[in-house]
Amino acid sequence: MQTKRMTFSSKWLPYALLAPQVIITLIFFIWPASQALYQSFLRQDIFGLRTNFVWFDNFNRLFADPLYLNSLKVTLVFSLGTTFLSMSVALLFAVMVNRMIRSRDSYTTFLVWPYAVAPAIAGVLWWFIFNPSIGIMPYMLKGFGYDWNHRSSSTDAMILVIIAAAWKQISYNFLFFLAGLQSIPHSLIEAAAIDGASRFKRFWTIVFPLLSPITFFLMVVNVVYAMFDTFGVIHATTEGGPAQATNILVYKVYRDGFVNLNLGSSAAQSVILMAIVIVLTVIQFRYIERRVNY
Amino acid sequence: MVENNRWGNFFAHLVLILGVAIVIFPVYVAIIASTHPPGTFIRGVMPLLPGPNALENYKTVITEGRSRAGTPPIGGMLWNSFVMAMAITLGKLSISLLSAFAIVYFRFPFRIFFFWVIFLTLMLPVEVRIVPTFQVVADLGMLNSFAGLSIPLIASATATFLFRQFFMTVPEELMEAARVDGAGPMKFFKDILMPLSITNIAALFVIMFIYGWNQYLWPLLITTDPEYYTIVMGIQRMVTGGDSEPLWHLVMATVVLAALPPILVILFMQRLFVKGLTETEK
Repeated sequence: MQTKRMTFSSKWLPYALLAPQVIITLIFFIWPASQALYQSFLRQDIFGLRTNFVWFDNFNRLFADPLYLNSLKVTLVFSLGTTFLSMSVALLFAVMVNRMIRSRDSYTTFLVWPYAVAPAIAGVLWWFIFNPSIGIMPYMLKGFGYDWNHRSSSTDAMILVIIAAAWKQISYNFLFFLAGLQSIPHSLIEAAAIDGASRFKRFWTIVFPLLSPITFFLMVVNVVYAMFDTFGVIHATTEGGPAQATNILVYKVYRDGFVNLNLGSSAAQSVILMAIVIVLTVIQFRYIERRVNY
Repeated sequence: MVENNRWGNFFAHLVLILGVAIVIFPVYVAIIASTHPPGTFIRGVMPLLPGPNALENYKTVITEGRSRAGTPPIGGMLWNSFVMAMAITLGKLSISLLSAFAIVYFRFPFRIFFFWVIFLTLMLPVEVRIVPTFQVVADLGMLNSFAGLSIPLIASATATFLFRQFFMTVPEELMEAARVDGAGPMKFFKDILMPLSITNIAALFVIMFIYGWNQYLWPLLITTDPEYYTIVMGIQRMVTGGDSEPLWHLVMATVVLAALPPILVILFMQRLFVKGLTETEK
């Protein structure tokens, strides 16, 4: 990694400059992470008196535990659903806004602000709209003969949290898609139009393939968002229910660690989550490096 | 546009206006609900037109809260959120500027090692190491304090990378000139590098303020004293506090007040926000 050609010379100053960042990282990131790794090999007896070293037993138990496997499945459905919903809506908006000339900025303003809404607040807002007794959506759905109740129906609860999580993320995806659309050379689209390709065909054969690097990048970012930043959506609304239907991994770590006080299991779950983040981060950075070259 | 299609444009406007309406709808409903008296929510469907109780509801949440349900007045929570967001933002900016400066403008043993230590923070979000981080903060006696709310969150790899990239584009001649004129490293940092970075700092400020304000899990873990509740986590206590249906008119007034500050920041600093978002890549 480069520095400037000419550098300042000081024996101690660079260490002093790095100290605050590095000390905070060591105390609040690296140390707790290594603790999680260590605790994931331990198990306390039920009275909390003795702690035994159990090797990989916590992990073995997790993967034999139907509740954990269920949580993995729920997380998969939730993150794919959120990613797909928010990216497709955002792409539609971006393509439409990109056609506009005078009204482009005003539409953009109207579409970017949900980024500022905290996930927990987004959850409460949609929870209110879908409230089975007074919400407007159940009232309208009843007109179509559908009886909405996210307190008892697992599917309804999952749809609710996906909508709340996706709604907030539309702004982010929209901005990146719009930037991507604006960087596509106009000559390509004109050439296709002269060859007689319809607008629809031009989109699917030229525009969409050229957007694929951005689409891939956004997919990774959205999966990370759905897996790790949506704790608030779940905690403020369904609290993992009904019957574990929305108990995503991050929420389960919290419940097992703080409510059920099962430290060994919670630590093992933390370690698995860390492995997932590391893989996703590596994919993301590889991609960024590749894009710089092209 | 290649061909100008009147119907196509009409259709695009239609889709966008509908889309914007759907995106705005939840917040519209919240604002409307916050203007109604409590009786409206007892039966029937929620209202879609404003009611007469706006002033009274907002006065209640700001000054009284729901003391019986254990929720303090919103005024204090708003202040706590503001202090936490500012502390996180300023902390992240200053330690990242300093470490990027060290990494770019000095050559010293273990430089790459420190860079990787900072990089690791990206891979360890709070959500994946909840219990041990809580233990560390508890051992340091930082529960229920602003230090505990902000310091563990201020390490930032993204800000450090962004400033490093920006510093690499600053012309070499500036530093040579500064050295010829006898300026030391800190003087160069303060009088040349900082003024050059001001747009980048402002763009990151917007993103990080929103990040800090919207913190949820962390304040939930380490505050048990209502004195230190922040507004975003306080809403959850209002929704689940007590067994009855939540008092929707008060909950929604709180929601509006909690969401307003970061939304205003985005609307008034849209250009900086877009710059910050696209440059940090996350």
